[in-house]
Amino acid sequence: MNSKIGYLIAIALLLTAPLVIYPVFLMKLLCFALFASAFNLILGYGGLLSFGHAAFFGGAAYVTGHALKVWGLPTELGILTGTAAAGILGLLIGMIAIRRQGIYFAMITLAMAQMVYFLFISAPFTGGENGLQGVPRGTALGIVDLQNDMNMYYFVLVIFGLAYFLISRTVNSPFGQVLSAIRDNEARATSLGYDVDKYKLLAFVLSSTLAGLAGSTKTVVFQLASLTDAHWHMSGEVVLMTLLGGLGTIVGPSVGAGIIIALQNYLASGPLAAWVPVVLGLIFVACVLAFRRGVVGELREFLKKSF
Amino acid sequence: MLTDLLGFPPQVLFGQLLLGLINGAFYAVLSLGLAVIFGLLNIVNFAHGALYMLGAFATLGLTKWLGIGYWGALIFAPIIVGIFGIVLERLLLRRLAGVDHLYGLLLTFGLALVIEGTFVKLFGSSGMPYSAPAELSGGVNLGFMFLPWYRGWVVVAALIACGATWFLFEKTKIGAYLRAGTENPRLLQAFGVNVPLLTTLAYGYGVALAAFAGVLAAPITQVNPLMGSNLIIVVFAVVVIGGMGSIMGAVVTGLAMGVIEGLTKVFWPEASSTVIFVVMAIVLVLRPAGLFGKTA
Repeated sequence: MNSKIGYLIAIALLLTAPLVIYPVFLMKLLCFALFASAFNLILGYGGLLSFGHAAFFGGAAYVTGHALKVWGLPTELGILTGTAAAGILGLLIGMIAIRRQGIYFAMITLAMAQMVYFLFISAPFTGGENGLQGVPRGTALGIVDLQNDMNMYYFVLVIFGLAYFLISRTVNSPFGQVLSAIRDNEARATSLGYDVDKYKLLAFVLSSTLAGLAGSTKTVVFQLASLTDAHWHMSGEVVLMTLLGGLGTIVGPSVGAGIIIALQNYLASGPLAAWVPVVLGLIFVACVLAFRRGVVGELREFLKKSF
Repeated sequence: MLTDLLGFPPQVLFGQLLLGLINGAFYAVLSLGLAVIFGLLNIVNFAHGALYMLGAFATLGLTKWLGIGYWGALIFAPIIVGIFGIVLERLLLRRLAGVDHLYGLLLTFGLALVIEGTFVKLFGSSGMPYSAPAELSGGVNLGFMFLPWYRGWVVVAALIACGATWFLFEKTKIGAYLRAGTENPRLLQAFGVNVPLLTTLAYGYGVALAAFAGVLAAPITQVNPLMGSNLIIVVFAVVVIGGMGSIMGAVVTGLAMGVIEGLTKVFWPEASSTVIFVVMAIVLVLRPAGLFGKTA
């Protein structure tokens, strides 16, 4: 009941937000909230630390950029193409990475993503250091002009809403329950007859596909796909957003993404612009040492204790 | 008389082979440090690349401000950075005992961002040159290639460091404790050995190895705040390929990967930046535990 009211308030806020806040900032926030929520699926619920999610985010960004700019596909189809490409990449990397566990999984995904990054540097279609610029936004359903920021915002909001719904359904489905069981006690899940590797791989592919959706949408919003999207700093940032918001909570990653994006925007215009990586690093250290449950996790714990 | 080997002039081939060997020496020393740290702390030290960079900067600083030359820096830079590592371990990493290993990776990742970000802000991201000591300038013509003394020295020095580490771990009392601490820290503690102190020392030693590699690298690559940030990812791949189980494994894998990378530069330059990752993927498919790993 409470969560229903919470969701209604959140929806109302999201619908009216662009009247008050700069819509491009809001769209960026939604894209990263989606990215972090997708990432949370594999880390928070699957217990697997992927340090290579930038490959899916950046890969989808490039494919969508290319599909819209060079092939001239309609916007929706361009986004789907990028998303599908991220899913395929996720399948390839996932099949290799799930062969090891824990800390090795993190190192392998990081290394594979770095390989993808190097491929993007040398591949002709990515535009090298310049990236893909001037990607056309096009129209939604062939009628709504997305060049208008307000239209674009609601388009992004619909994508975010659908993906968010899919994620929360997944988490609460039997599949999500098994995934959590594997996270908490892999040996036990195996002995209960679950094909653990298959579950992990499916979760990884789903997570990378949705991360790709976030990357594709971001390309349409900013009309740009660049190497920044695929760099391992991006992988680190999404880990930070998820950790800061709260691992394994549904709204946590969105909250974390909101804090980090707002902070970056705020710092970028001030005298501390050059210190952004240092600030992010310090937040990382503080999160790991002081509040591993994240903002939402700590809040929930606090409410549980107080009432 | 110069005869072409496989269509490449021998200078090119052996030159790249030497470069590969040098890179391999760095991979070996860095992955050895990672293995030492992982053994006792169960932490994958993401800050390893940043600490390697600190070693190179310490060399630069010692020379510039204290007039201590390269040879002094070879001793003092690892000590200074090692002490910094010990402080990090005591103040921060220690608090993660008993928590999921993943948090150690995340904490050291944050530290790497802080250290590298601070140095970029202070020194800019362009490199600063550091010249090799006068004793090692010049080189020798071996007939099939020209060998700069300094490059030869790097390989020798790295092998000495690896050999010393092997000796320390396999032949000394403290090495026996360290190995015991890797196997079963609680039992070792019960025997009256100060395991927390041992853990701190192991971290300091692993960090000092990284800094030592940084000193060796200073005259080769430019001293640059980000010199370790991409390198560490390659070293992770090397660690995945070799496994973190044995000293020999780390050294052999490190050198071999360097050589493979060097040869790729000759035969297929475009693939040289990705070849180690490809090898990693192949090894994971064929032998998931790694070449020298024991358990899957």
